[in-house]
Amino acid sequence: MARMKFLCDADRCIDCNACVTACKNENEVPWGINRRRVVTINDGKPGERSVSMACMHCTDAPCAAVCPVSCIFPTEEGVVLHSKDLCIGCGYCFYACPFGAPQYPRIGNFGSRGKMDKCTYCAGGGGNEETGSTEEFKKYGANRLAQGKLPLCAEMCSTKSLLAGDGDIIAQIYKERVLKRGYGSGAWGWMTAYHEKISV
Amino acid sequence: MTCDADGVTIMMTILVRIRHALAPLAFLAMLSVVLQADAQPINENAPVSPDASAVKEQTLLQEESRIQGRIDIPGRRASVLIQPAGRTWDHFHETTLHWFGAIALFGTIVLLALGYLVLGKLRFSKRSGIKIRRFTPFERFSHWLTAVSFVVLGITGLNITFGKLLLLPIIGAEAFSAFSQAAKYVHNFLSFSFMIGLCLIVVLWFKDNIPKMVDIEWFKQGAGYIKSKHAPAGRFNAGEKMVYWLALAAGIAVIGSGLLLLFPFYGTNILEMQIAQVIHAIISILFIALILGHIYMGTLGMEGAFEAMGTGEVDLNWAAEHHDLWLAEALAKERSAEPLGQPTPAPAK
Repeated sequence: MARMKFLCDADRCIDCNACVTACKNENEVPWGINRRRVVTINDGKPGERSVSMACMHCTDAPCAAVCPVSCIFPTEEGVVLHSKDLCIGCGYCFYACPFGAPQYPRIGNFGSRGKMDKCTYCAGGGGNEETGSTEEFKKYGANRLAQGKLPLCAEMCSTKSLLAGDGDIIAQIYKERVLKRGYGSGAWGWMTAYHEKISV
Repeated sequence: MTCDADGVTIMMTILVRIRHALAPLAFLAMLSVVLQADAQPINENAPVSPDASAVKEQTLLQEESRIQGRIDIPGRRASVLIQPAGRTWDHFHETTLHWFGAIALFGTIVLLALGYLVLGKLRFSKRSGIKIRRFTPFERFSHWLTAVSFVVLGITGLNITFGKLLLLPIIGAEAFSAFSQAAKYVHNFLSFSFMIGLCLIVVLWFKDNIPKMVDIEWFKQGAGYIKSKHAPAGRFNAGEKMVYWLALAAGIAVIGSGLLLLFPFYGTNILEMQIAQVIHAIISILFIALILGHIYMGTLGMEGAFEAMGTGEVDLNWAAEHHDLWLAEALAKERSAEPLGQPTPAPAK
């Protein structure tokens, strides 16, 4: 089975934030939560780069490891899902995440964060809800993967900067791009998330 | 006039002719420059590489522990792009803490069990039947407020670290999640009664816990564990004083780090919260080990000790054997308070 990954080609990202908007709309993410965001590094300086970032669906996901109630788990396709029924809102996944992916509906004084929310790779939720059901959509957002579609953020990226899909394939696409144009600022977050570098 | 005009015309004509003659030369000269440029190796005038000064993830991570930038959406926190320290904290929480906690707590219990088997219960000669008050009701309230809070905080705290290994497989995911959710709130709110209790204890018993010369003597005389020797002590012996000061130090550390975790992002970022959690976890484990020792001494380890905190009164002989200086003081106070000369018991021995 394919190992699903995200890859942001920062040399193509134009900081248009369409991925952020598409994610919010497709998954009807609550107010105050952004599952995806675009961060601009060295803003306004020569060589600035923008990187679109969400949950990277890490290999050996640290959030899943530290979860005190073990409600976060990787699927067969490497997508990291969680159950909002089991989540106790302790914030540990948020401490452990290298990418700031876990979000909470509230600020969380006295541990009142509420249930964790994060990018599901448009693959529904990790609870007991039926795949593609209204209940699943309400709690976790769209389940595009079950319909044979990739996450919307990557699908609609206008410069095809953000790639989603089988890790080997998107790594190959990126590699070819770098070879053709002669430069590449690297697959951001891959070393931290997947313990691997795309060497060209 | 015509002559002049003719002269001018001739001059103009010559200049124009020269210019015409020069034009091709100039063109040739220009062409030669262009051709020369063309003849140069191509890479010297190659297009500027957009990658030449582009930021690189590896370089940024070598400079700082995390990568931060500018963000369009509200919420400054989201501007942190990558913080690999999350992996380090994961390793601490899932490997280091599990082993450290298990060894520290299990080790303490084994040591106490060994102590009990080898040294046995510390007994005193015999009951006199006469009681003397050791702790006022308010002192006992403060102690038990702290104690109950501590035990509940300890159990709910350990649940966060060890619950999924020990309890989850037994009671199942749903029940364990419900329990952990409740435990989280209990832990967060009972922390305040612990803080109040600890403050009361620290203030109430501060004077009696100031280290004195007699404490060294107490250690020299075998800390009460050598039958033939008498270890002198005031209201609190050197061992109790150690518990007092260690509990105060550990209390400050767990309360400080706990408050930082209770109010996320108030003056902290993720990295600082990770550090706060590490401090909170390690100090808590050591604190629990210390209190296990304290509970042992107050119950199984010493005969007659529990009464002090249970009823507030201890047997006169117990006081004479374990807290002779305090007993003398207490009796003196009692005598001066009751000048009518009611029969006050004399200390044993």
